[in-house]
Amino acid sequence: MRIVCPFCGERELGEFTYLGDAKPQRPAADAGEDAVYDYVYLRDNVAGPMSEHWYHGGGCRAWLKVTRNTLTHEISAVEPAAGAGAAKVGA
Amino acid sequence: MRGDQANRLNNGGLIDRSAALNFRFDGKTFSGFKGDTLASALVANGVKLVGRSFKYHRPRGILTAGSEEPNALVELRSGARREPNTKATTAELYDGLEAASQNRWPSLNFDVMSINQLFAPIFVAGFYYKTFMWPAKFWEAIYEPAIRRAAGLGRAAGVSDPDHYDKAWAHCDVLIAGSGPAGLAAALAAGRSGARVVLCEEDFVLGGRLLADGGTIDGLPASEWIARTLAELSAMPDVRIMTRTTLFGVYDGGTYGAIERVNDHLPVPPEHQVRQRLWRIVAKRCVAAAGAIERPIVFAGNDTPGVMMASAMRSYINRYAATPATRIALFTNNEDGWRTAETAIASGLQVAAVIDARPDVSPAHRALASKSGFPVLHGAVASVDGGKGGARKISVSLTGGARAEVEADGLAVSGGWNPAVGLTSYHRGRPKWRDDIAAFVPDGAPPGMVAAGAANGAFGLGACLREGFEAGAAAARDAGCSGNVGSVPVADDEAFSLTPLWHVPGKGKAFVDQQHDVTASDVELAQREGFESVEHLKRYTTLGMATDQGKTSNVAGLAIMAAVSGKSVPETGTTIYRPPYVPVAIGAFAGHHRDENFHATRLTPSHHWAAEQGAIFVDTGLWKRAQWYPRAGEKDWLESVTREVKAVRSGVGFCDVSTLGKIDVHGPDAGAFLDRVYINAFSSLAVGKARYGLMLREDGIVYDDGTTSRLAEDHYFLTTTTAKAGLVMQHLEFCRQVLFPELDVQLTSVSDQWAQFSIAGPNTRDLLKEIVDPAEDLSNEGFPFMGAREVRLRGGLKARLFRISFSGEMAFEISVPARYGEAMARNLMVAGKPFGVTPYGTEALGVMRIEKGHVAGPELNGTTTAGDLGLGKMMSTKKDFIGRVMAGREALTAPNRQVVVGIKPTDKAHRLRSGAHIIPKGETPGPGNDQGYVTSVCFSPVLDQWIGLGLVERGRERIGEIVRAHDPLRGEDYDVELCNSVFYDPDGGRQRG
Ligand SMILES: [Zn+2]
Repeated sequence: MRIVCPFCGERELGEFTYLGDAKPQRPAADAGEDAVYDYVYLRDNVAGPMSEHWYHGGGCRAWLKVTRNTLTHEISAVEPAAGAGAAKVGA
Repeated sequence: MRGDQANRLNNGGLIDRSAALNFRFDGKTFSGFKGDTLASALVANGVKLVGRSFKYHRPRGILTAGSEEPNALVELRSGARREPNTKATTAELYDGLEAASQNRWPSLNFDVMSINQLFAPIFVAGFYYKTFMWPAKFWEAIYEPAIRRAAGLGRAAGVSDPDHYDKAWAHCDVLIAGSGPAGLAAALAAGRSGARVVLCEEDFVLGGRLLADGGTIDGLPASEWIARTLAELSAMPDVRIMTRTTLFGVYDGGTYGAIERVNDHLPVPPEHQVRQRLWRIVAKRCVAAAGAIERPIVFAGNDTPGVMMASAMRSYINRYAATPATRIALFTNNEDGWRTAETAIASGLQVAAVIDARPDVSPAHRALASKSGFPVLHGAVASVDGGKGGARKISVSLTGGARAEVEADGLAVSGGWNPAVGLTSYHRGRPKWRDDIAAFVPDGAPPGMVAAGAANGAFGLGACLREGFEAGAAAARDAGCSGNVGSVPVADDEAFSLTPLWHVPGKGKAFVDQQHDVTASDVELAQREGFESVEHLKRYTTLGMATDQGKTSNVAGLAIMAAVSGKSVPETGTTIYRPPYVPVAIGAFAGHHRDENFHATRLTPSHHWAAEQGAIFVDTGLWKRAQWYPRAGEKDWLESVTREVKAVRSGVGFCDVSTLGKIDVHGPDAGAFLDRVYINAFSSLAVGKARYGLMLREDGIVYDDGTTSRLAEDHYFLTTTTAKAGLVMQHLEFCRQVLFPELDVQLTSVSDQWAQFSIAGPNTRDLLKEIVDPAEDLSNEGFPFMGAREVRLRGGLKARLFRISFSGEMAFEISVPARYGEAMARNLMVAGKPFGVTPYGTEALGVMRIEKGHVAGPELNGTTTAGDLGLGKMMSTKKDFIGRVMAGREALTAPNRQVVVGIKPTDKAHRLRSGAHIIPKGETPGPGNDQGYVTSVCFSPVLDQWIGLGLVERGRERIGEIVRAHDPLRGEDYDVELCNSVFYDPDGGRQRG
C-alpha cells in the first residue's frame, strides 16, 4: 500500500503507523463520562471508505487523515491533520 | 541408465557444447553443458528415476520443464547450503553441482517405504484425520514423529545459511511479467513509448515457449527475432530486463514482489555478492504475460517415469537437444500436442503412436502419421506399465471399446493449456471459464494490471504478439508515455482445437496431484464424504497444497470433482489464489535483517568508553546499555552491582542515561499543552525548575512518566522512559496536530542530540565543581533540588544541568551535545578520581530505584492507574488532561485494586523473585485468592537482603502484614512482609541535601 503524504509525496506503507478511525472527536472537558466512553471505546466496523488517522513517523511526522476503502485498500483522499505542519490554525 | 550424455542429440539446442560441466546426482558423476538445467542434463544422461513420491514412495521422473514441476524435486548442494525441494527443472547446471534425490531410504532404487503402496487403502483422502485421531495422547509422541519421518520430503540444512540475501526497491511505469512472445511484444511497445519498463523473466534465457517451439515472427526465425528484440530493448536506457527473476505477488497500490536468483546458478556466490534479492517493484501499470501451463490427463500409471508433458518433451528435445525417450507415444486431446510428434520425427526419434481423444485428426497430421509410419489411435490411454526403469507398455482404450497396446519408453501427454492466472487472481480475483479452450482465463485483474497472451487464453503466436503489444502500448499510455510504438510483430496463428478430457477411468492409481500423491479416487471419495466445495476438497485431500501449489493439478482436480458431483467446471469453481507464485526462501524475506542485524542497534554516546571499561551490555529495545562494570576478582554480577551501589551511596558514581527519550517543547502555548498531556500542571512550573510528570492514556491507564524542565518561558525540555521514547513522541504529535491544533506549540525530538549522565552520591557536587565553570553556583541555594538550567562547563561548552535524583542520593543529571558524550565520560573519570568515582550500570540504577520505591517499566505495565502507583494525588482537579474522565471510572478507582507496595521476605536470607504471586497466609493458592504479584526485585546492599515492589490488592492498607509469595514456576513458597515501598531514606533528606 502507498500513501501520498501531502508534505513528502507518495511513500510506502512501512513509513506510516496506523491509529484508527478518525471520525470520533474528543469531547469537550465538560461532556461527561458517557461521551468520553463513546469516544474512547465505540467504533464503527466500516466496510467501505473510512476516514483514518495515519502517522508519517518515517517521514515528516505529520498526522494524516486518510480515506481508505477497507474492502479494497484503495485510498481516495489524504489530508493533513488540522495542526500538522509548522503553520498554526488562525496564525 | 545409459552412459555419458548418450541421450544428447548431436546438433541443436541452446546449450554451449564448448562448456562441459560435471555434476553429481546421488553420488554418481555426470556431465552436461552450460545452458542445461539439472533436469535437462539428467535427461541427456538417460536418468529417468529422480525421486520417490510423498505418500506412497512411488518412483517418479521428470514431468515438466518449468517451475510447475511436481516430481523432480531434489536436495541441491550440501552442508550448510543444502536446499531441499529444489526443482531440477529450474535449477541451472553449474560445474560441480551436487544434488540428491529425496524421500527415499536407503536408496532411490530400493526404497523401503514404497511398501506404503500396499497399505494404500489407509492413505486415502483425509487419512490424517481418520487414522490418527485416537487415542489423542498418541498424536504428539507417536503419530506425528512417525508421519514426519515417513513423509517428509527434503531435509533442511539444519545449520545457519552462510549466504547473504538482499532486499531492493524498483520503480517503473510498466512492469512486465514474462518474456515469451506476449511479454517481449509488450516490452517493445512500452519501451518505444518512452516508458520506464521492468521486465521479469524467471528463466535464465528470454523467449518463453519460443525457446522450445520456435516459429516465424516478422519473417524471421523465432531465435533471430528474440535477438533482434533484445538488441532493441537493450538500447533503450529505461528498459530493465531481469532474468532469473520471478514475479511472485501482487500487493496494494501497484506494489509487486519479485525474487531474483542472483547467484543460484553458481556453486557459491562470489565474494560480497548475495545469493538472492527480494524486489519490491512499484509500477504504474503491469502486463501479466506469464504464459500458460500445459495440463496432464489423469490415467492409471500417469506418474510412471517416462510420462512427461508433451510441451516439456519439446523443451528437452528442441531447447536442450536432450531426448527423454527413443520411442515416444503421444496422448493428446488437442492440436497443440501434435507438435511433439512433429518434433520427435524432426529429431530422428521414433513415434510409436499418437493416441488422440478427439474424433478427428487434421489431414496434415494424418499425412504425417502415414509418412512416418505410426498409427493414430482414437481413444485414450487406460494405463501405463512400467516401474522405476520407466514406461514400457501403454494400454489404450479405443473409441468404440476395443483395446490396443503400444510399446514405448516415453509418453508425451497434452490435456490442453491452463493460462497462468495466479498474478491476475491475487486480489481474490476469480477467473472465468472459457468453453472454447476449456480453461479458466482472468476475469479482470488487480488495479493497474492486465493479462496478455497465453496468460489471457490467447494461445496462437500471432495473437500473443498482438495482445502483448497492445497491452504494452496501452500500459505505457496510461502511465503517461506517448511515444511512437511502431508496428506490431506479426506471426501466424496456429489452430487450437481441443476436446476436453480430464480423467480416463481405469484400474490402478491415477494421480491428480503428483507432489502430494492425491489420486482421482481421493477426489471422488472426498465428494462422497461431503467435501464437495473446492476449498474443502483442497484441504481434505491436500490437493494443490504442495510446494508447486497445484500448477499442474488444480484444474484437473476440480474438473474431476465437477464430473462426480454432476456440475460443470465453472459451477465447481476455483480455490482462492494466493501468493507466492513460487516458493520464496525465508532468508530472502529477512534479507540482511538477521543475527546481529536483525534490528538496528543504538549505541549510547559513551558506549565505546564503556566497552573499554569492560562493561557488560544489555539489550533494552534497540539500545545496548552498560549493565554493570565487572572488576577483577568479582565472582558474579551481584558482587559488581553491590559494589557500584555502595560506591554511589557513599561517594559518587555516574551512569549514561542518554537512552531516555528527550523532546524540546517550544511555543507560547507549551505550558498549556503540557497541562493537557500530563496529569499534573506544568504551566505553573517556574523557569529554571524541573518536575516529575505522569501521562495517562485516554482510557485512564498510565502511559509514561519522566521529568520535564522549564528552560525558558516558552521552552520546556521533556524526558520519557527509554522504552516509550518513540511512542510518546508520536502520541504528543497526535495531541498537538489532531486534538489541540489551536495551541501554538512545536515538538522536536532531541533524543539523539543530547548525551545525558546521571551523577549521584554525596560527593556529586565536589565532582561537578571540577567539570563546571567555577562561576556557576552549585550550592543548595544557587542550585536547589529540582533546579534545571543551562550552565557553562570549564572550557566553555554549554550544558544543561538538572538537579534530579532517581537514586535517592544528592544527584544531578548533565546533558551535553551527543558528540561530547564520550569525552564527558572520560572527564568524569579523570575529575572524579580523587573522589573514587565509580561508573555504574543499569543494574545498580535499578537497585537504587527499587530501594527508593520509584516505579518503572514493571509497574507502568499498561494495567495500572496513577492511584495504583501511589501517584493519584498528582492528578489535577483544576484542568482537563488526557485520561482524566476515564481515570475516574468505578473500576479504576475501586478500593480493592492491586497497588504498589514494598515486599521483603521474612527470612532475610531468602531470595525474592519477581513474578511470585501474593496469597494470604493459610490459604490454598488459586485464582480466587491471587492478590497480586511481585513486579521488581533486587538485592539491597543498604538493607542487606532481597527486597522488591509488587502490585498487591489493597497493598497500602496492609503494611506489616505477612503474606505468602507463591511461585509455582520455580516451585517456591515463602513468607514475605508487605512494607512501605520507599525502603531507603523515606523522608528524602539525602537528595535534598
Ligand atoms: Zn510526510
